[in-house]
Amino acid sequence: MKITLGWLKEHLDTDATLADLTDRMTMLGLEIESVNERAMGLEGFVVGHVIEAVKHPDADKLQVCTVDTGSETLTVVCGAPNARKGLKGVFAASGSYIPGLDVTLKTAEIRGVESNGMLLSEREMGLSEEHDGIVELPADAPIGTPAVQVMGLDDPVIDIAITPNRGDCLGIRGIARDLAASQIGTLKPLASAPVAGTFDSPIKVHLDLDGDVAAACPHFVGRYIRGVKNVESPTWLKDKLLAIGLRPISALVDITNIMTIEHCRPLHVFDADKVKGDIHVRMARPGETLLALNDKEYEMDAGMTVIADDDDAEALGGVMGGIRSGVTEETLNVFVESALFDPIRTAVTGRKLNLQSDARFRFERGIDTAFLETGIEIATRMIVDICGGEVSNLVVAGAAPASRLVVPFRPARVLQLAGVDVALDEMKRILDALGFVVTGDGDTLDVAVPSWRGDIVGEACLVEEIVRVYGYDRLPVISLPRLGAVPHPALNAEQRRRADVRRTLAAVGLVEAVTQSFMQADHAALFGGGGDDLVLVNPISSELGVMRPSILPNLIAAVGRNADMGIGDCPLFEVGPQFRGDGPDGQDMVASGVRSGRSGRRNWAEPPRPVDAFDAKADALAALAVAGAPTDKLQIVTDGAPGWYHPGRSGTLNLGPKTVLAAFGEVHPGVLAKMGVKGPIAAFEVYLDNLPKAKKAKGTTKPLLRLSPLHPVKRDFAFVVAADVRADVVTRAARSADKGLISDISVFDVFAGGTLGEGLKSLAINVTLQPTDKTLTDEDIERVSNSIVAAVEKACGGTLRI
Amino acid sequence: MDTTDQLRNDLLTAINGADTTANLDAIRVSALGKKGSITGAMKALGGMDAEVRREAGQAINALKGEVADAIEARKATLEAAELDIRLMAEKIDVSLPVRPVSEGRIHPISQVIDEMTAIFCEMGFTIAEGPDIEDDWYNFTALNIPPEHPARQEHDTFYLPGEKDGQRKVLRTHTSPVQVHTMQESEPPIRIIVPGRTYRCDYDATHSPMFHQIEGLVVDETTNMAHLKGCLIDFCRAIFEVDDLPARFRPSYFPFTEPSAEVDIGCTRDGGEFRIGHGDDWLEILGCGMVNPKVLENCGIDSTKYQGFAFGIGVERIAMLKYGIPDLRTFFESDLRWLRHYGFQALDVPGVVGGLSR
Repeated sequence: MKITLGWLKEHLDTDATLADLTDRMTMLGLEIESVNERAMGLEGFVVGHVIEAVKHPDADKLQVCTVDTGSETLTVVCGAPNARKGLKGVFAASGSYIPGLDVTLKTAEIRGVESNGMLLSEREMGLSEEHDGIVELPADAPIGTPAVQVMGLDDPVIDIAITPNRGDCLGIRGIARDLAASQIGTLKPLASAPVAGTFDSPIKVHLDLDGDVAAACPHFVGRYIRGVKNVESPTWLKDKLLAIGLRPISALVDITNIMTIEHCRPLHVFDADKVKGDIHVRMARPGETLLALNDKEYEMDAGMTVIADDDDAEALGGVMGGIRSGVTEETLNVFVESALFDPIRTAVTGRKLNLQSDARFRFERGIDTAFLETGIEIATRMIVDICGGEVSNLVVAGAAPASRLVVPFRPARVLQLAGVDVALDEMKRILDALGFVVTGDGDTLDVAVPSWRGDIVGEACLVEEIVRVYGYDRLPVISLPRLGAVPHPALNAEQRRRADVRRTLAAVGLVEAVTQSFMQADHAALFGGGGDDLVLVNPISSELGVMRPSILPNLIAAVGRNADMGIGDCPLFEVGPQFRGDGPDGQDMVASGVRSGRSGRRNWAEPPRPVDAFDAKADALAALAVAGAPTDKLQIVTDGAPGWYHPGRSGTLNLGPKTVLAAFGEVHPGVLAKMGVKGPIAAFEVYLDNLPKAKKAKGTTKPLLRLSPLHPVKRDFAFVVAADVRADVVTRAARSADKGLISDISVFDVFAGGTLGEGLKSLAINVTLQPTDKTLTDEDIERVSNSIVAAVEKACGGTLRI
Repeated sequence: MDTTDQLRNDLLTAINGADTTANLDAIRVSALGKKGSITGAMKALGGMDAEVRREAGQAINALKGEVADAIEARKATLEAAELDIRLMAEKIDVSLPVRPVSEGRIHPISQVIDEMTAIFCEMGFTIAEGPDIEDDWYNFTALNIPPEHPARQEHDTFYLPGEKDGQRKVLRTHTSPVQVHTMQESEPPIRIIVPGRTYRCDYDATHSPMFHQIEGLVVDETTNMAHLKGCLIDFCRAIFEVDDLPARFRPSYFPFTEPSAEVDIGCTRDGGEFRIGHGDDWLEILGCGMVNPKVLENCGIDSTKYQGFAFGIGVERIAMLKYGIPDLRTFFESDLRWLRHYGFQALDVPGVVGGLSR
């Protein structure tokens, strides 16, 4: 909401500076968006009178002007086409700074003629891009006075962000009232003397609203004014509107705008001669249309309030008038409407029609329910003053809401809620200044809410009013009392686990990304998603159209974007939600990651290799380990990974037969092709919600460590097995040969082909034997070795390779 | 000069002249081996008179010791020299780069959430969480934002098609619904923070359709606005690591708090450089207020007995201000160069012990 300082001071008697006033507005909750001191830097320019203008002797396009600046008469060389004798312009003396040119003027000879100063265009003043000629001021502008005064620029414009609860401050008077309550000035009396009517309006008003819809427009005040002249508004009025960015149209329209901005009282003026019969406030007929003042046609429904004549809808109540009965330059007789429209119905109407207006903005925030008659009297006075005319008696239909809300208020609540001890007298003063009526005494007072404060509904609201005006800066500051000497952990077990997983994945070389929770539908479909319940009704774009069923497509798309920037190896991860459904349990917390391209940069020491499923498996295991999953007990299911993985190069890590803790593998090349991203990409997904509930151990004690004093013994075995035998079958069988003695097994070689024969592979393992009570003899080792060979043979038919 | 002296001279000259350990060993054999000169001389002692033998024996024994010592000394010298030669031959170019190590990063959003959590943990808050997909009631109605209220329109809500009991499914526009869940499911005293993803249907240079908030909620019998000021001033000073950071509370409006406030912190734009701290300007940083009694009642908490405050802080905003990240949209673009530059090392865990930032 834009206002000017001068306009504000028409309602607020104050000596405060602009800065003090805007600071106070800020501290009252009226947030200052900007202050535009339009005159700043232009104060030195004065009204200059061109008393002579002759052609420059040496230049065709220049004139030599003799300018009366009020204090002296100077010669000025001017190139503007409109420079002429008798013109009053904006004169800048030598030595002044010209903002639009960014130069400081010097007295200079221009083709042999000395020029002392300059007559300015709007562009040179820094006001606009207008540079077709110099500024022309009114003929009656007093010579030598500051030009900004004559141009109406000396009034600073203040732009204020009004919060949705403060409908009353969508009028300048409301802002003045708030400021007065804070004692930075006093509220001037409102000039609203009624204008006596001399006849009865030929147009009557009927509220054709029954039952449920009676509240759509409970009160309507109108007035007929005959014999008006819809002239151009006077300069002072146009300057006000221009200053706040409104375009003057005609006096009648401009006056309604003034009423809206100054008094938050939207009005409508009908051309009475175009109104057929009486005014009816009624619900729109379904399908009824209105060509509104913005030149757009709207089709209304039965929930919308219209102002109609005997035949047709002429205005959308509380939103916008219609063109057909709008005022024009030819208008002679008018009917002025000052009505009260239901905030919610107005909001719904505006939203359904996608129609915003200054009126709607105010009605939906709630206007002063008791200001209909006062408002129309103020407007009548302005109309009569500017447009003339003869005024009818008021036409009143319905009535203002009868009772004002009275809120029981315990002054002690101010200290309890706000922590500050405000004297009772000060509380009463503040409430009174804001228009509340305080009665009663004792612990609970009765506070009647003013008709313009529909936002005040309870005691807490009154506490806010008092503290807001008293000053938030005067509230004490108390650190939150501690709950104990040492704080408890902020994270629960699951949150701690998630934090650990995140930092572990970063520690193993993955870079954390945070990607949007939505993605494009065709990508989601590749990852098992895109259910109808997860399609956004109003997405930003189709690329962000559905809730993500998996984090991977976002990471894969990111790999693609990075590859386009020449970054081929892209190790990314994200820990976040993915979505199965729109219910409270349709959201899973997942840690996902990708590695693309090669295992590392080319270097002199170790040739990099393409990333593969084992990179992803390692990442998944690292995450699972730090999350506390029993990684040594996990089953590796080789055909269990979802369809977006390479079917032969992927797997899942399961706990028990059903619980899938993670999937890993190379991403399916077909999926990558459809996403337009080059492989290979190795990916994993760790389903954190599937982990066994992290439970706090009973104590912090770890099992006692028993170290063997005896040397471990290592032995290698190479087995020939069928090519489809899983490595973990061999290692598990080997381990089962002597669980007490075998402490570790590693697989150190795998190969197929060569002399092995078709369908076979060789698997070499290194077994660590850890004796605990006596040193192993050759016989002991021989016995265990035989057991290992026998166990492997039994498990998978493997034979020892000799 | 007798033969022993001669032998000594010859042997010591030979030992000191040996240039390899192999030569030295040959000398050792020639002197001390089975057929060596000293061994021979010792054998010859057997045929001497007792008197002569005693004297000659002492001399030859002394010679034997002397020669053995000389050999050992020479051997040490030669071995050291040979090691030097070998090591010089093993020289590598240590200016070569090391084998590549892939260093990961933590996203600034995670890092800043961890920083905020560390601060609020000190003040006794614990973390609560809730779903990203809510319904109208939790996101708006329970928080005193009725349908058609202008405040609800200002939220630019994303809607999903689902509807249950007349409540539309929405992507939460703030983390405040978790306040409602928490108050429904637990009894005061409550002291929680809620970090999480939030969504608004708005996309331009300063808005992302997804962003992060940290919500705070304190409910007990005594917490008032002075505590709210204390808590948030303490927070602002801790997070920006400026001990005397000016902070300003101004009245504002949120349907779920009453009284409501916005908090500005001091800053300066002197010389075109933006800096947080003492200065002539203010920067809006968060919104807060005392929990509206209607919200307490909507959540089944007796508003005549309990009161408290709530606040909401934009995580990206804090990250941008604290770490000088210029563009909001870049947070979600997953540009590896950006992530490596603005990201944090895995073990750079913020805490009150080591400090929030390095």
